[in-house]
Amino acid sequence: MRLQAAGVKLGYGDRLIVDGLDLGVETGTVTTIIGPNGCGKSTLLRALGRLLKPRGGEVLLDGKRIDKIPTREVAKVLGMLPQAPTAPEGLTVADLVARGRHPHQTWYRQWSSDDEGAVAAALDMTGLSDLAERPLDELSGGQRQRAWISMALAQGTDLLLLDEPTTFLDLAHQVEVLELVRHLHQEGGRTVVMVLHDLNLAARYADRLVAMRGGKVIASGTPHEVLTEDLLREVFELDAKVIADPVAGTPLVVPIGPLTARP
Amino acid sequence: MTRRPLRVGRLSWRVRPRAVTLCVTGLVLLVLLMALNMRIGEIDMSLADVLAGTFDVNSPAHFVIMELRLPRALTGALVGMALALSGAIIQSIARNPLASPEILGVTTGASVAVVAGVVASGSVNSGVSGLLATLGVPALSLVGGLLGAAIVYGLAWRRGLDGYRLVLVGIGVAAVFTNVKFWLLTVGDVNDTSRAMVWISGSLNARGWEHVVPTALALVVLVPVTLLGARSLDALRFGDDTVTALGVRVNLARALLILAAVLLAAVATAAAGPIAFVALAAPQIALRLARTAQPPLLCSALVGGVLTTGADLIARIAFSPIELPVGIVTAVLGAPYLIHLIWRSRK
Repeated sequence: MRLQAAGVKLGYGDRLIVDGLDLGVETGTVTTIIGPNGCGKSTLLRALGRLLKPRGGEVLLDGKRIDKIPTREVAKVLGMLPQAPTAPEGLTVADLVARGRHPHQTWYRQWSSDDEGAVAAALDMTGLSDLAERPLDELSGGQRQRAWISMALAQGTDLLLLDEPTTFLDLAHQVEVLELVRHLHQEGGRTVVMVLHDLNLAARYADRLVAMRGGKVIASGTPHEVLTEDLLREVFELDAKVIADPVAGTPLVVPIGPLTARP
Repeated sequence: MTRRPLRVGRLSWRVRPRAVTLCVTGLVLLVLLMALNMRIGEIDMSLADVLAGTFDVNSPAHFVIMELRLPRALTGALVGMALALSGAIIQSIARNPLASPEILGVTTGASVAVVAGVVASGSVNSGVSGLLATLGVPALSLVGGLLGAAIVYGLAWRRGLDGYRLVLVGIGVAAVFTNVKFWLLTVGDVNDTSRAMVWISGSLNARGWEHVVPTALALVVLVPVTLLGARSLDALRFGDDTVTALGVRVNLARALLILAAVLLAAVATAAAGPIAFVALAAPQIALRLARTAQPPLLCSALVGGVLTTGADLIARIAFSPIELPVGIVTAVLGAPYLIHLIWRSRK
């Protein structure tokens, strides 16, 4: 396990959101954190990506405390895409993706052939090579999100943290982005940890699910192990039926609303 | 926006040909404007005399050029460069094209300190003011500028620094300082306050090597520091989380760059008073000419030098033989030009 949280306490201001949580990210898997709004899943991801310093406990990267490793060295092995990231106006896709090379550059090495190669490869992998010179603001939501993922790819890290990469996207674009994540995992054996809202997509695209509520991990394991009717009731207070997804065979959550008309 | 890779062995950069052209043009124009400025004085000289006076020790003009005219021209150029560089840094960090050292409390803090010093010492003992004018004013300005910046920074800091918060706090503090300055001017002795007025409009009159040397030293140290920080400055345009994820120590980088900007503005203001608009306009002019997304640092500095030196030339010949303080001209010219730029970029 390359990335671990051990007894972390996390919060903002006076508010403690996560109080003593343990989590190990299995190397080479896609792990998705699910849970209701405000359960601390994004907070946990931010801590794993050293964007938030724990109040207690520790986050370990390759066995060392992440806050003791120079942030630049962390950036060479761990890429993180924050929730709803913003870019300066008029920035082109190529410029955004080139930004991912930052941790590998110094003032006297600002654009090596390695950098150029990594950016071209990242654009190619996300299918954006033809759009490289287009301003980011002109792209569709899905393309824009692919560009941001492309930036994280250009960073050349084995570990990739994605905070709600599908927010604000319509279903087709959500699938487009998650297919890309799956592809990155299969091609490069990258370890991905992401936060998702859609349970059915989470079940389909993750190897492992971590279900959180009230700052605690309630269950973790394969989608089949985690996404049960009992767990949905406990974690989401949702009455639902879980059936097999007719396309992928993964668990499919079908909510039961009390007022829903039934045949 | 086009950038070409430039690689020498293991060294590599991305170069914007447009920005390089702009820098070279700016440098040539700056030297030319300095030479034109050095023609003017007690006795007007030809450009040939200026050239001879600068490089030929035996020229009759040598003494006047080296002791009076060159230091004045150099002060103008260096002060303009320092102000513009400071403005370029602050505008990038605040992500706001209308930010300038004024909102960091530097220029207004310096004005309050100088006016307070002049008013206080003048009414106690008029003999002190003479000495104060040559030695004390730059020192007061420097201290006042740094204190002003410390106050703004202290009030704006809240577990990190937010660009918008900095701008808002800065505007508030600047308003307070400006009113304290006016209050001091109204309570002070008329003779003292009129002398203070020349300084607070920004003037290059009677500037000598004692003004050139500190400004030059500050630039020699701070320009390389700023250029080293340019990559972080460029990255800081993105959200803090994104930049942190890329391995930039956001708060440290921001604090160091703001410190450099404050020092540049404080030193420039100590040498020539708060010359208006150069720090605000030069980076925006450079940005538009170089067609970059944010102010190019070196180009901004050179444009700042050109603006200040050009404005001083106008200040000296427009109402000859009366010489206006350079700050009046930069304010009169800078304001409409900036409005024009903003108006044009909106279309």
